[in-house]
Amino acid sequence: MKTEILDARRQQAQAKWDAVRQSSVPHIYIGAGSCGLAAGAADTQRAVEQYLGEHNFEARIVPVGCIGPCYLEPLLDVQMPGRPRVSYSNVAAKDVESILQGFFEKGETPKYHLAGHFGDSEFDGVPRFFDLPMLKPQVRIVLRNCGIIDPDELDHYLARDGYKGFEKALSMTWQEVVDAVKRSGIRGRGGAGFPAWRKWTTCREQQSDERYLICNADEGDPGAFMNRSLIEGDPHAVLEGMLIAGYAIGACHGYVYIRAEYPLAIKRLKTAMAQMREVGLLGENILGSGFSFDIKIKEGAGAFVCGEETALIASIEGKRGMPRTRPPFPAVAGLRGKPTIINNTETLGTLPNILRNGAEWYAGYGTETSKGTKTFSLVGKVRRTGLIEVPLGMTLRQVIYDIGGGTQKPFKAVQSGGPSGGCLSEEFLDLPIDYEHLAEAGAIMGSGGLIVVDSGTCIVDMAKYFMTFTQRESCGKCVPCRVGTRHMVEILERVCDGKADSSDLEKLEKLGKTVKNGSLCALGSSAPNPALTTLKYFRPEFIAHVKDHRCPAVTCKNLVVYRVIPSKCTGCQRCVKVCPTGAISGPRSEPHNLDTTKCIKCRSCYEVCRFDAIAGDAIVIES
Amino acid sequence: MISGDDISAIRQEFKGEREDLIPVLQRLQEQEGYLRSDAIRSVSRWLKMSENEIFGVATFYAQFRFHPPGEHHIKICLGTACHVKGGEEILAMTQARLNIKPGETTADQKYDLERVACLGCCALAPVVAFDDKFHSQMSVLKVQKLLDEDRNS
Repeated sequence: MKTEILDARRQQAQAKWDAVRQSSVPHIYIGAGSCGLAAGAADTQRAVEQYLGEHNFEARIVPVGCIGPCYLEPLLDVQMPGRPRVSYSNVAAKDVESILQGFFEKGETPKYHLAGHFGDSEFDGVPRFFDLPMLKPQVRIVLRNCGIIDPDELDHYLARDGYKGFEKALSMTWQEVVDAVKRSGIRGRGGAGFPAWRKWTTCREQQSDERYLICNADEGDPGAFMNRSLIEGDPHAVLEGMLIAGYAIGACHGYVYIRAEYPLAIKRLKTAMAQMREVGLLGENILGSGFSFDIKIKEGAGAFVCGEETALIASIEGKRGMPRTRPPFPAVAGLRGKPTIINNTETLGTLPNILRNGAEWYAGYGTETSKGTKTFSLVGKVRRTGLIEVPLGMTLRQVIYDIGGGTQKPFKAVQSGGPSGGCLSEEFLDLPIDYEHLAEAGAIMGSGGLIVVDSGTCIVDMAKYFMTFTQRESCGKCVPCRVGTRHMVEILERVCDGKADSSDLEKLEKLGKTVKNGSLCALGSSAPNPALTTLKYFRPEFIAHVKDHRCPAVTCKNLVVYRVIPSKCTGCQRCVKVCPTGAISGPRSEPHNLDTTKCIKCRSCYEVCRFDAIAGDAIVIES
Repeated sequence: MISGDDISAIRQEFKGEREDLIPVLQRLQEQEGYLRSDAIRSVSRWLKMSENEIFGVATFYAQFRFHPPGEHHIKICLGTACHVKGGEEILAMTQARLNIKPGETTADQKYDLERVACLGCCALAPVVAFDDKFHSQMSVLKVQKLLDEDRNS
């Protein structure tokens, strides 16, 4: 093995990284993942540039990926020479000046918008960033670099032991690599939890001139963004994982199948791949090992079902993304009929850590059957939303309350596993998060979407939402999925409209079972899960819709009415201005009228009435 | 604009295999904003596939459009997090204000409206994208303000 080029580059990388950390020039880091940008990071960055330009201060701006607590975005970190990096949260463009003024003009650590510092010990009365309640219980293995390094800098990755896992793999036989992954106990992070080593072995043992590796980054689960964040924050980790997996299965070509909705992640991957080529980590005879491997990016075109292995392969082949029967499994006959392995982005991103630190180290985290750590996108009605990584076996309560900070209104449910998963009620809060316990409760681990809802969310509406989603995304091949999901949606619509009778609920359960049993792929066979679990754990809420024609969460449009309370209405006309359908009328200073036949229940009037200082709270929504 | 048979620029980027179909259609849409039927005819001759087959593939995927887009593209995210945080109300309000349904373009060709399954910024839900710019933690009122600002600019 010839690692001279890489070794030389590594030295240079270390020097560059040390220069970043112990620089005589101030460094300003900006969380510039898609979420940070959505929160206004680009404006924040412009304000930083403007401030530095106006005052002629020298500093380096480093755009980094998402560090996880998205609710604190935009995040701005300042690192002055000889001092630790200090992080500021929710920094809008208008806040930049006062923060930078503190550092650059007053020589102090401003306390305004302060989140924490990245040093090892106590500093200037500032808490450590990783001691924040959202971060403290986490174990960051796959996310170790996200938000820390510049994702567009290979040198940053190299300086943090990047590609050492791959070098280690190259010094081993393929069987040893497979064995290490087996001993680590990692299970497929895409949802099903199938052990990667098992399909790798099947694939490797096939007689074939070519084998393929596909990284599945078609993160179609609505409400989940783990793969996007990982690729945006640390693209080399995933690519290094692909090299390791490619080496283990003897593949010559790899593909990253990624959603076109993730333009920034695609850009980061392309940059990272060009850098790999430069140092000989991609192409023919990598590092003189005799192993040749190249990677191509394939952009998905917007079909949830393409997360399914065989549909994904059909899509890469330029066909409609429809699943086919298995066997033969892709590991035997996949892309172009050749043995193909499809691994989830997170699984691949974890491999370098397993190889570098050892299988036993990784297996030290987690439970007996679910080893290691898992990332989750913790979203919905929790106070602290974002991307987290925790050891498996942690309870839902720890995740939702200790990390997420709980909900504002009373907790109602948590949906794990997206449209294929299940909705769990309060009684499951002490359930450990692992593959077995979640499956037992009727949910699944899935790819890691955790959507928390409170008493303000209607559970029937949520079941309808998921069913509508899977019905739209059904590829249409199997009748139970194509027609069954449509009927399930129709029944749920009737429930939400208060037009169902109690026999409908039984029909829904029966139909759910038929769809589950009669569908070829996981989309169909798991599509009824949200409806079935909500029916099981939240039946009284369904009954309220059916028998009382009431929506307890005041959500279902056809069961709620908007009303103006004349005694409270000041006649300020603000609601009249925001009503898009002209449903509210009335002269100034007199109570307004709301014409329910024109009202589309878009909440504009309600919000303006609640949150405008001049208006009262004269508009109510009732069920 | 691509006239009739002129897909020569795109031809040079690909080998012309069947597997290239989806990336070719993506490039076509990137250039023109939608898939024109005569461009599809050219692709059909080049890749030696029937137009039916190409339409079959293109209509399967949500990304492809078959009508010219409006000047501004408004995407309302209805991922789960956006749904439970009020995305549906934002969609209802936008529909009423623009007087179009998702997938349609306003009569003055100024806006088109799309409901998308997930933009991946779930922690900052609800999310609305105006052209390429994502706006997070939206509400019906904030979106109304965006529409007002855009109309007045």
